[in-house]
Amino acid sequence: MARTARRLGIKVIAVYSEADAELPFVAEADEAVLIGPAPAAQSYLNADAILAAAARTGAGAIHPGYGFLAENASFAQRVIDAGRTWIGPSPDAIEQMGDKIRARNLMASVGVPVAAGSAEPVSDAEDAIVEAERIGYPVMIKAAAGGGGIGMTVAADAERLRAGFETARTRAERFFGNPSILLERYIASARHVEVQILGLPNGQVIALGERDCSAQRRHQKLAEETPSPGVGDRLRQRMLAAAVQAGEAVGYRGAGTVECLVDRQTGEFVFLEMNTRLQVEHPVTEMVTGIDLVEQQLLIADGADVSFDVGSVKPAGHAFELRVYAEDPVRFLPSPGAISQWQEPAGAGVRVDAGYAAGNVVTPHYDPLLAKLIVSGTDREEALARTRAAVADFVVTGPKTNLAFHAELLASREFATGDYDTSVVSRLRPLSGSSGGDGAQPVMVHPASDVPGSPAGPGDGLAPSQGGARDRDPR
Amino acid sequence: MTEIRAEMVANVWKVVAAEGDTVADGDTLVILESMKMEIPVLAEGAGTLSRLAVAEGDVIQEGDLIAVIE
Repeated sequence: MARTARRLGIKVIAVYSEADAELPFVAEADEAVLIGPAPAAQSYLNADAILAAAARTGAGAIHPGYGFLAENASFAQRVIDAGRTWIGPSPDAIEQMGDKIRARNLMASVGVPVAAGSAEPVSDAEDAIVEAERIGYPVMIKAAAGGGGIGMTVAADAERLRAGFETARTRAERFFGNPSILLERYIASARHVEVQILGLPNGQVIALGERDCSAQRRHQKLAEETPSPGVGDRLRQRMLAAAVQAGEAVGYRGAGTVECLVDRQTGEFVFLEMNTRLQVEHPVTEMVTGIDLVEQQLLIADGADVSFDVGSVKPAGHAFELRVYAEDPVRFLPSPGAISQWQEPAGAGVRVDAGYAAGNVVTPHYDPLLAKLIVSGTDREEALARTRAAVADFVVTGPKTNLAFHAELLASREFATGDYDTSVVSRLRPLSGSSGGDGAQPVMVHPASDVPGSPAGPGDGLAPSQGGARDRDPR
Repeated sequence: MTEIRAEMVANVWKVVAAEGDTVADGDTLVILESMKMEIPVLAEGAGTLSRLAVAEGDVIQEGDLIAVIE
């Protein structure tokens, strides 16, 4: 983001917490402002501190990044009220898409396919059972205010629904401050495919192709690619058209992503949720379209035309992104620590977006993303071969990383053929809890639980000692 | 006697059990937080929690003692 802004002649002011003072993004910015101590609630989630930093430095605009306050409608409104440009969609669009039930109903009303499910919050277990009979088992129990797969549970029958329902409600209250529950038909074998959209200043919404994000652990993305090997031309056209409709329905402006599930049995897709911000994995789209999405965000926020010809976007080639995490490659447990060696791969089609360098310390305060390795080629085969080579050349010592897992994933038959679904990681790591779910499986939680005063009860992880982790940030 | 030690650098987010508690194998003693994940620390065997070496808000290093079960 900072590099694109500077290329456009925009001065960059970074905000950082005490824990991140030594990181490259702070050194690279034209100016950097310390906004608080390490805990996110006191720094990166502290709207007052960020707005004060903007006022003090005279920042004209605020880019919220991917996490923290990026999908916080009230923060967006405060930025606007302070007379600064919010680089993102309107607070109203953020809010409409933030409530999963409202978003689902809105999508259904404009003709975007949604999974069979509840049109209003389900308030108790008996209602849930009646609702599930109508929808048909198995059902997914979701927090209406949630997102990113946080706290989702699958129930195959009434008994498990009754048991799972109360847990889901308690968790939804705890992590999102809202106990509303939504039931949806569970798709047994699905691909997670999302569409990149851009809402232009003139009101037009365009789609820039899809990304396949089916390789996930604990419902969080590990590897992404575009185009999706599981989506043919006709399905792609329908998905892109639906994503445009979704954006139009909320008057969307800027970069956003419409996430869908593709049922591998039926070949049909359903709307999952919309992320009203730039996504971590946006670079794969940039690689095949040649469009800098951050540049478009900045132009659109300024009310200017985008930098490319809207009528002639034609993605070419294939791109992969691997998320390099500071976590062990077997159980995917966090591994903070000091980085003694950091050697990035280079070569044709290789791009590394890194947050760290040798000498930096990876702290336990934030999520484990160290770098994104993005690799493109003229076709999937070439891109895959280059990605394998790049993974082999990426050397990080100090914290454990998941690079060894990525090497295995890329070598697996399932991934290599492209014929995989959202369970591909859990098939490679059956004991890691990588598919999320309930009971003995780890469950993800949300950064809202970082906020002081949010209710917190004991966890119910039943995994081996220190083996069951819950993720807190739905990116 | 079983000593339970930290497997990673983490913050102690929640202390669930108290010294003197009778615990069963698999009971949650403490919940650590690292990199936005909650990692429950479970009793490795049944017994009495004779020592709880951490408090909420502590930062612990890999190998640090968390609890002793006798």
